[in-house]
Amino acid sequence: MIPEPKVISTTINGDEKQVLVSERDSLLEALRDRIGMTGAKEGCNNGNCGACAVIMDGRLVNSCCVMAVEADGSEVMTVEGLASREELHPLQSEFLQNAALQCGICTPGFLMSSYALLQEKPNPTEEEARFWLAGNLCRCTGYDKIIESVLTVAKG
Amino acid sequence: MQAVKYARAADIDDAIRLLAEGGDKARILAGGTDLIVQARERKRDVDLFVDVKHVAEFMSLEYDDSSGLTVGAATPLYELYGDKTVQEKYPALVDASTVIGGKAIQGRASLGGNLGNSSPAGDSLPAMIALGGIATVAGPNGSREVSVAEFCTGPGRNVLESGELIVSINFPAVSDSEGAAWQRFIPRNEMDIAVASAGTWIKLDGKVVADARIALGAVAATPLVATGAAEALIGNELTDEVISNAGDAASSIASPITDMRGSVKQRTHLAKVLTERTIRDALDRINSQ
Ligand SMILES: Cc1cc2nc3c(=O)[nH]c(=O)nc-3n(C[C@H](O)[C@H](O)[C@H](O)COP(=O)(O)OP(=O)(O)OC[C@H]3O[C@@H](n4cnc5c(N)ncnc54)[C@H](O)[C@@H]3O)c2cc1C
Ligand code: FES
Ligand code: FES
Repeated sequence: MIPEPKVISTTINGDEKQVLVSERDSLLEALRDRIGMTGAKEGCNNGNCGACAVIMDGRLVNSCCVMAVEADGSEVMTVEGLASREELHPLQSEFLQNAALQCGICTPGFLMSSYALLQEKPNPTEEEARFWLAGNLCRCTGYDKIIESVLTVAKG
Repeated sequence: MQAVKYARAADIDDAIRLLAEGGDKARILAGGTDLIVQARERKRDVDLFVDVKHVAEFMSLEYDDSSGLTVGAATPLYELYGDKTVQEKYPALVDASTVIGGKAIQGRASLGGNLGNSSPAGDSLPAMIALGGIATVAGPNGSREVSVAEFCTGPGRNVLESGELIVSINFPAVSDSEGAAWQRFIPRNEMDIAVASAGTWIKLDGKVVADARIALGAVAATPLVATGAAEALIGNELTDEVISNAGDAASSIASPITDMRGSVKQRTHLAKVLTERTIRDALDRINSQ
């Protein structure tokens, strides 16, 4: 069986898009290579690092573990959808302020996971935040500054 | 990614037809957290994904006092452990499903996928076995019921015949005199594969154990039903000695391997420790009801 090109219709950060994908593309590949939205990063390509995390139909997922064709009819939110035109999202500002990133490869995934956490639990304990973000790996920061930033934003 | 096509099933019969027509290389796609990774890394030769997530029966989550809990095979774990009834009545399912991967995995991963993948270390399997889980299996020749305890036949192998799929998994209704728990051992706090795991369900009559089921994970080629461990409990009060006897019976049937995660000795010991701990957890849960 040979995969075919398919047009999927997906709402990405509020914009409905028709995207030509291959049946064998992951959602991550479709976002980065077909649409040119390179916010979601490829760290491991096997579900372990969370760098590719996006929110699909209200749920946090690793886009490397979703087929692009599965997103036909879905709503996807990526890190590009976090800031408004004028202002960074408070999580983004706080990550910058608090130096919660170094190389930055993990940052889009952490931002999306933190965003999903605060949507569900606006006031997480440190332990809850650490468990929520356990699926996101960071090679550089040692995590503390990331957790601090999320808790600071939660406190408002 | 290897050359793979994608089909979205419209209903159960459509899924069966797609699977049967697709032959050996067609696989059901639930959350894809095993399947997509295995297909990409060419650990599984697959050329057709049959997506069942748009069929209501595969995505259900229903409870009633006579038929118990029915979980659609592809219902995401995130939905399962987020459900109030599941939290109240089936905490052992919450124990297991909250530690399968991280949140982004749980947003997609399912009980049916954990079962269909048939890894001896599949974390939900001992919990499902302890709870008496029965899978509804459908295929070209109709439907049948298979207990989770009898589902796996070896690492990555199970009783499904060609064209067959899991529709849902049912757990009997539970009363206040029943309790269950699941635990695993991993060297980290989260995001790891079990070195060993255990699930226990007990039913009390006063202080005496009227019935019990205990299952072990990652200590043999398939999850194990620890019949001897359950028998050590039945008819007895849960004294330290009785619990320890059950632990010994559990470790006596472990036949693990040594690999990077743990040795035969450690896993055999863990079978006892985790059995004892889950018996105590199950008892605590009954007492706190
Ligand atoms: C980063 C990461 C961490 C993980 N951590 C854990 C862990 O801690 N513990 C653990 O147990 N697992 C873990 N897993 C493995 C995986 O997430 C689980 O096994 C999960 O439950 C699989 O569910 P799924 O819905 O994603 O299955 P899928 O990947 O969609 O399917 C898995 C297999 O089952 C078959 N299948 C699925 N549904 C059906 C059905 N209805 N009928 C017949 N066959 C079916 C598929 O064809 C496939 O072969 C992890 C995976 C990743 C990527
Ligand atoms: S790239 Fe998707 S989880 Fe690492
Ligand atoms: S900042 Fe480099 S991986 Fe996190």
